[in-house]
Amino acid sequence: MYKNLVLSLLVGGSVALAGCSSASKKDSSAGMSDNSADRFTSGANDISGQGTQVGSRQDDTSGLALSQRTIYFEFDSSDLTAEGKAIAANFAAYLVSRPTAKLRLEGHADERGTREYNVGLGERRANAVQQALLANGASGAQLSIVSYGEERPAVDGHDEDSWAQNRRVEIVQL
Amino acid sequence: MRVLIRVLSLFVCLSWIGQASAQLEFEVTEGLTGAQPIAIVPFANNGAEIDVAQVIEDDLVRSGLFYGLARGDMLERPSEPKAIDYRNWKAVNMDNIVIGSMQTDPGSGRVTVRFYLFDVLRGEQKLGFEMPPTSPENLRYTAHQIADLIFEKLIGIPGVFNTKIAYVASKGYGLDRTYALMVADWDGYNPRTVARSREPLMSPQWSPDRKSLAYVGYDRGRSSIYLHNVRTGQVRSLVSEKGINGSPAWSPDGKRLAVTLSYESNPDIYIIDIASGNKKRLTTAPGIDTEPAWSPDGQNLVYTSERGGPPQIYMVSASGGSPKRMTFEGRQNLRASFSPDGTQLVLVNLQDSRYRIALLDVEDRSMKILSDGRFDEGPSFAPNGAVIIYATQGPQGAELATVSTDGRVRQRLRQKGDVREPAWSPLLKK
Repeated sequence: MYKNLVLSLLVGGSVALAGCSSASKKDSSAGMSDNSADRFTSGANDISGQGTQVGSRQDDTSGLALSQRTIYFEFDSSDLTAEGKAIAANFAAYLVSRPTAKLRLEGHADERGTREYNVGLGERRANAVQQALLANGASGAQLSIVSYGEERPAVDGHDEDSWAQNRRVEIVQL
Repeated sequence: MRVLIRVLSLFVCLSWIGQASAQLEFEVTEGLTGAQPIAIVPFANNGAEIDVAQVIEDDLVRSGLFYGLARGDMLERPSEPKAIDYRNWKAVNMDNIVIGSMQTDPGSGRVTVRFYLFDVLRGEQKLGFEMPPTSPENLRYTAHQIADLIFEKLIGIPGVFNTKIAYVASKGYGLDRTYALMVADWDGYNPRTVARSREPLMSPQWSPDRKSLAYVGYDRGRSSIYLHNVRTGQVRSLVSEKGINGSPAWSPDGKRLAVTLSYESNPDIYIIDIASGNKKRLTTAPGIDTEPAWSPDGQNLVYTSERGGPPQIYMVSASGGSPKRMTFEGRQNLRASFSPDGTQLVLVNLQDSRYRIALLDVEDRSMKILSDGRFDEGPSFAPNGAVIIYATQGPQGAELATVSTDGRVRQRLRQKGDVREPAWSPLLKK
């Protein structure tokens, strides 16, 4: 014996219909342009330079040592090491000598911990570098901060060495 | 014998934007020993490319709660109820059998699928549906709907076979690194690129109506929280303050977004009214407050806070007030979110130098570790509350894993390059 029972369960109804019909086929990455190679001038590739060169940059006529542009941090720490303080002092002197110069401080974390928490850690490190620059005479108007957390590792790898290279603040001359 | 056929006009919106991309490869790594046997007989007149019975079987088997019967072991292939000889199914130890047939309208080319679920031991019909006509290329979704109906009938909770996952795929290093925000079917099929960038894309979260994603993007050294309608492609930057703009979390009514902002002092939780853009600061502790998540009733939020030292989970009323610490086990606890029924939190627990996914009972605060990686993160509940998806480190890079809340069923989803930050979509609203 067959019995037909009709049940009309309309889900999402007209709203869903409208959503479908208005869907466009174009690439929807409008939120972020991806054609600006210039935003990768941050020196993410400069992690090997441990020596302090003098006046290596073309635009660096002040004779200050600005080739070392990455400051590294201990695990779970945003305290500047002696080396980090020296790098910050160099850049502070540069900013003092060039009041129109601007820097962006890009904070990074290693992969351990959750991603958004690591964005917080990266910002804390960038803030520490900012404080050191301000303490050495730089002006707040010359500095901006961004934290990428663990999203832009300098090196691949899941060991102490890699993590040590990824816990960093990169100083970008704008 | 009573046979009931119900006509379903379940409407699924299928227009996804963007080009197809690499597909996640799906593997069940641990199934249930007490899984139920179910035979899905190939449907009659399955002329389309998509083998509907096979998709249904794959769904049910991938849930870990069922095992199927190889077609070669089927002693008959009925497509109508009266053609079933139950002895043929008892002989191969099946509890349930699914049969069906398909009919193509010669004019429109649309296909109507009809199916029945029968209890082999009792010889009784449990389900009978005629599904709404659909175009042949969308038959996969019809099959998922059928799998959902069967799953709910036999297991007692809604199936999630018609859900989506959003995730972030990235590949390359240094200057070549690219980030893509992806949306795919729960089983990895039909991957679509929602947004692509050479700067990080982070923290996708589905709106409760499943129409939009909120996520974090960067543009020239500044982060923003974007609201992206995945059906129309329309994108809106909701907030882009100085400093951190992160951790978007939709309120259950879809009208507000809890976020992390740092422009006033250090990272704190704010609630933004989406229509007006008005912000309300919810936390003020020194140190990092981040990763907010709403309770299902919208009354409370949990979040990660350093207010007591290393990061732990706290709960605060959505209207403000003093937060209550929720986690005490482990060196750190991070990124909590509520189960759909509000009784549990899933979070990331740090203990013995391992980041693992754990469940916390909201009432008695007992904790159960669910995963066994070293860098597990980003847990997200399936909308039926039975499964959690998270990111883990695989041999070839970051991949996605799922685990049932009882810890008994495990799956992996991987592709070339890193895949992380999974967000499981809500169910289609009924």
